[in-house]
Amino acid sequence: MKITDMSIRIKKGKTGKEIINTVREMSGVDLSVCFQCKKCSSGCPVSGLVESPSSEIIRRLQLGVGDEILDSDIVWTCASCETCFARCPMGIDMASVMDALRALAIKRKAAVPEGNVPLFNSAFLKTVRIFGRTYDLAMISMYKIGTKTFMKDTDKFPAILKKKKIALLPTFGADRKTVKRIFNKARQNKGN
Amino acid sequence: MKYAYYPGCSSESTAREQHSSSLAVAHALGIDFIEIPNWSCCGATPAHQTDRLLAASLPAANLLIAGEMGLDVVVNCAACYSRLKTANHEVTTNPELCKKVGEALGREYDGSVNVRHLLEVLLEDLGLETIQNRISHSLNGLKVASYYGCLLVRPHEVTRFDNPENPISMDRLVTAIGGESLDWPHKVECCGGGLSMTRTDVVVKLTDSIIGMAQDAGADCIAVACPMCQINLDLRQSDIEKETSRQYRMPIVYISQLLGLCLGISQSELGLSKLMVSPSTVVDAVVAV
Repeated sequence: MKITDMSIRIKKGKTGKEIINTVREMSGVDLSVCFQCKKCSSGCPVSGLVESPSSEIIRRLQLGVGDEILDSDIVWTCASCETCFARCPMGIDMASVMDALRALAIKRKAAVPEGNVPLFNSAFLKTVRIFGRTYDLAMISMYKIGTKTFMKDTDKFPAILKKKKIALLPTFGADRKTVKRIFNKARQNKGN
Repeated sequence: MKYAYYPGCSSESTAREQHSSSLAVAHALGIDFIEIPNWSCCGATPAHQTDRLLAASLPAANLLIAGEMGLDVVVNCAACYSRLKTANHEVTTNPELCKKVGEALGREYDGSVNVRHLLEVLLEDLGLETIQNRISHSLNGLKVASYYGCLLVRPHEVTRFDNPENPISMDRLVTAIGGESLDWPHKVECCGGGLSMTRTDVVVKLTDSIIGMAQDAGADCIAVACPMCQINLDLRQSDIEKETSRQYRMPIVYISQLLGLCLGISQSELGLSKLMVSPSTVVDAVVAV
């Protein structure tokens, strides 16, 4: 968070289209009622770790920012803890706004963020789509291959294996047919 | 007392001890947990960060089956709890989405199946008095920092769990089984949740602050009710030590494990050896009453 410079500059984006309306359509959240009390940013656990905290993201959207907002680091650093929503005096569901920004970031191919959360999410959902439940080992492998972070956390492997803290094999008890159907319908719906 | 039990994916992998200890506790207290047949993943954080319809439909598939069982659902994991309750909230408040969820599932779901967390079942349905009458052991003044994290309490409009800023249900249970429940300010702070692998730097900072505060409050252990909170607070202590040289060795125990110890359930059934930081100080504190 920059405290010295209080001014906000925005770009209208390549398309010249404001993102605030798309976010409203996707999340159902009306950001025009925000009066910048900044309670969301005050309670946010990652405010101090990002360029623009949530209240500033709202202000930028109000001012008519374009696609550049999708590259903001908070979009993927936000842990979805919902403290912003819980404390907003206007009842703004900022967590849902963040979800809408993430979906837009993927759709419009925004820059790959630090830690590549989109890859983690897609690896996670891939295992759910196949097995109906998560399969941690496959998910971790896909993520590690994609991010080339093979050595990270390897110091913990011996203890994790000894304690059988992670399942080595997937399980097959889930109603996989219904889960597949849900994924297919969600994909079709996105195309609409 | 009978419930449709939704174990959640962690119950088969990183949180087997939460699963086994909860089942053992329920059995000892005479509560029937009947596993939802062919249950599937709730979608967790990746689903709601990806697609709204996917995020509502995955939990709804399980709630539909539970509805057919004619039972309330009981959940251990705070993240599953939040996703299941959010799905109910979404289909009851958004008719258009409700229709799409019905199409995705191939059957209508009206959002009417009740979802409860284990803590709600223990405190509201069973009652502390019954629990106190059943315990054979006491925590004998063990200082416990009850940590609720995010998804049990937020958003309150959806979960309706306790008080969103200062919940006390876990504290009341800790006191009832002989522990000293600590008043501390980080009960509902975020541990970083699903960022454990992707943004370990963020998780290390947040968990360092939470564990540090518990230690300053004089905690012997932190009690949790969520597999994500547990693994972040437990597994990342070695990373905190590497980054900051702060060595906590703070046991992070499930509330079901603490209750299980007081019900005289064996350590192996409670899966105490699966915790990364040894809970031996906790086990040693427990005395027969």
